[in-house]
Amino acid sequence: MNNVQNKKRANKSLPFFFKDEFKVFFVIIFFSTILLISTFTFDKVPPILNRGIQPATFPKGLLVLIMFLTTIIYYLSFKNPWKKEKKLPKPFFLTILSFILFVVISKTLDFFLAISVLSIFVSYNWGEKRVFYLLLVGIIFPLVVFIFFEMILGLRFPPGIITNLYYY
Amino acid sequence: MMAPLFSSKLLIVLLFGTLFGLILGVLPGLGPTTGGALILPFTMTLDPLSAIVLLTSIYCAGTYGGAITAVLINTPGTPAAAATCLDGYPLAQKGEAGRALGMATVSSTVGGIFSVIVLVFFAPVLAKLAYEFGQPEYFALAIFGLTMLASIGEGSPIKNLIAGAFGILISTIGKDFMTSIDRFTYGINELSVGIGFIPVVVGLFAISEMLTQSTLLDQVFKRVALKAVKLPSLDDYKKTWKTILRSSGIGSFIGVLPAEGGTVASLIGYSEAKRFSKEPEEFGKGSIEGIAGAEAANNAATGGAMVPTLALGIPGSATTAVILTGLIIHGVRPGPDLFREQPDFLYGIFGAMLIANVLFFIFGFFGAKLFARITLVPNKILWPMIFAVSVCGTYSLSQSIIDVWIMLFFGVLGFFMRRFGFSVVPVIIGLILGELVEGTLRQSLVIFDGNWLMFLTRPIALTFFILSFIALAFPLLRSKKQKN
Repeated sequence: MNNVQNKKRANKSLPFFFKDEFKVFFVIIFFSTILLISTFTFDKVPPILNRGIQPATFPKGLLVLIMFLTTIIYYLSFKNPWKKEKKLPKPFFLTILSFILFVVISKTLDFFLAISVLSIFVSYNWGEKRVFYLLLVGIIFPLVVFIFFEMILGLRFPPGIITNLYYY
Repeated sequence: MMAPLFSSKLLIVLLFGTLFGLILGVLPGLGPTTGGALILPFTMTLDPLSAIVLLTSIYCAGTYGGAITAVLINTPGTPAAAATCLDGYPLAQKGEAGRALGMATVSSTVGGIFSVIVLVFFAPVLAKLAYEFGQPEYFALAIFGLTMLASIGEGSPIKNLIAGAFGILISTIGKDFMTSIDRFTYGINELSVGIGFIPVVVGLFAISEMLTQSTLLDQVFKRVALKAVKLPSLDDYKKTWKTILRSSGIGSFIGVLPAEGGTVASLIGYSEAKRFSKEPEEFGKGSIEGIAGAEAANNAATGGAMVPTLALGIPGSATTAVILTGLIIHGVRPGPDLFREQPDFLYGIFGAMLIANVLFFIFGFFGAKLFARITLVPNKILWPMIFAVSVCGTYSLSQSIIDVWIMLFFGVLGFFMRRFGFSVVPVIIGLILGELVEGTLRQSLVIFDGNWLMFLTRPIALTFFILSFIALAFPLLRSKKQKN
């Protein structure tokens, strides 16, 4: 209990733009505004074909509702500040980096290779240093999953430098 | 009723689903929702009944499986088992892990079977009522579902509402289903068909959990030794039978409401068990009633949550949203017509849920020790493997790499949502209800010639709106009362 109060107090002493409440408020309002603006570019249905409301009206309403509710939670946070979250550790950022690597490799080189690289990268950075286990999570298991999906579902994975070896 | 279940194929599916569900339930961070979403592509190789039997058996067993880790390592395998930790682990620390798991197994089975009976009797009644529903009533019902979710779900109601509205917003991406006009596609062809349900579910549940696990690598679990699961003694039964029955009723009722199913049910079941107990001071120190109250309630929510899913096509929990997707993928349209046109199919599901409850009792009783060993697989091995399955599972439904990227995006988003107190469940429910909400609203406005006030002239719709208002006002009144 004391710990939570201390954390809340710590959060209270920060300038407003460093506080989690403001960051969340800002991100939601920012993206909602961009999306709201983009709804004005949606095509309109001619009155004769229009049934009920225009296609842009419903998303517009939702975005306004989201912005309104976000403002309320930000306002309420003045009275009741959120507890300050712990700093994110290094493995978290490395895992995010592995996702970026995955997207880049799956787009440019190979889908299977992307899974392998991510699995080995994550496992290694989470503390696994034994080569056998790295090979197990990075090569043996993805291969089993690949073949399983391919055989059971007749799935064809996207072409790439390694996948092509399997198919041709 | 049970005739379709006597085929060997369905029994194998049931056995597999129950075992798989137990494993998913035991593993913290995974659960029946993620597991159901991952196995959904494989159900394409099955007939509709087998597919839904597989998903429902995963649901029943997965909900129970969470209790094993709750008792032995003080970490709920599923959110629905969070209340079980409160007394399960202290009892296990006293050297009575077998007794704690025995009570969890028996009360889960009783709760589960009770809820199937509720499902068998209540779903057809609700389906008959649904014949009275037109577009405005369905719109009001969907709004009621979302407000209930916000009101009694975990965390802040306003944050839950934002998450629900965001889920509905995601459902508007792609071609407008009434006019075929592109919305939020920004020239990307793949987005014209909209955002699939599976990438969002797998991202919000599995991938965000992977990111959460990356922040908990220094966490050490203390596992309590388990010799064998013990059946509760006569004294334990005498002490808990009322609690089990009460929690079964509470769980079934909470399950029927379109809310968070087992998680909320177990918390209410637990607190009610404490309120009615002759020894409330024992709660939190290893009370057998506490375990019974939480476990009977969370498993009772499984059958309850299937009631609106089958009768109205409105999911009662995140896992039933996956089951609903399974029904739609297999060309089965939930709702009143399903009860009239395909009663065998429905009785097959009811029977399968009943058998799944008996099966997880047997597996839990004889295999809990073995299942508990699964938790020994280190995260640094387990999560890369789950990632590989998640990626292939997500890719397989539409064979689109964009879906995999969407999954990753929602994984990161889900992590930050949870970090800042936004539940991800309303996003899932919002996404699945989105088309219904928008479609019924627009069709209602056509019927009403654009006059919004006409909603108030429909008694059923008006009732749902009033209930929605009460659902939203309830947390405000509760917090005021607490302050006073």
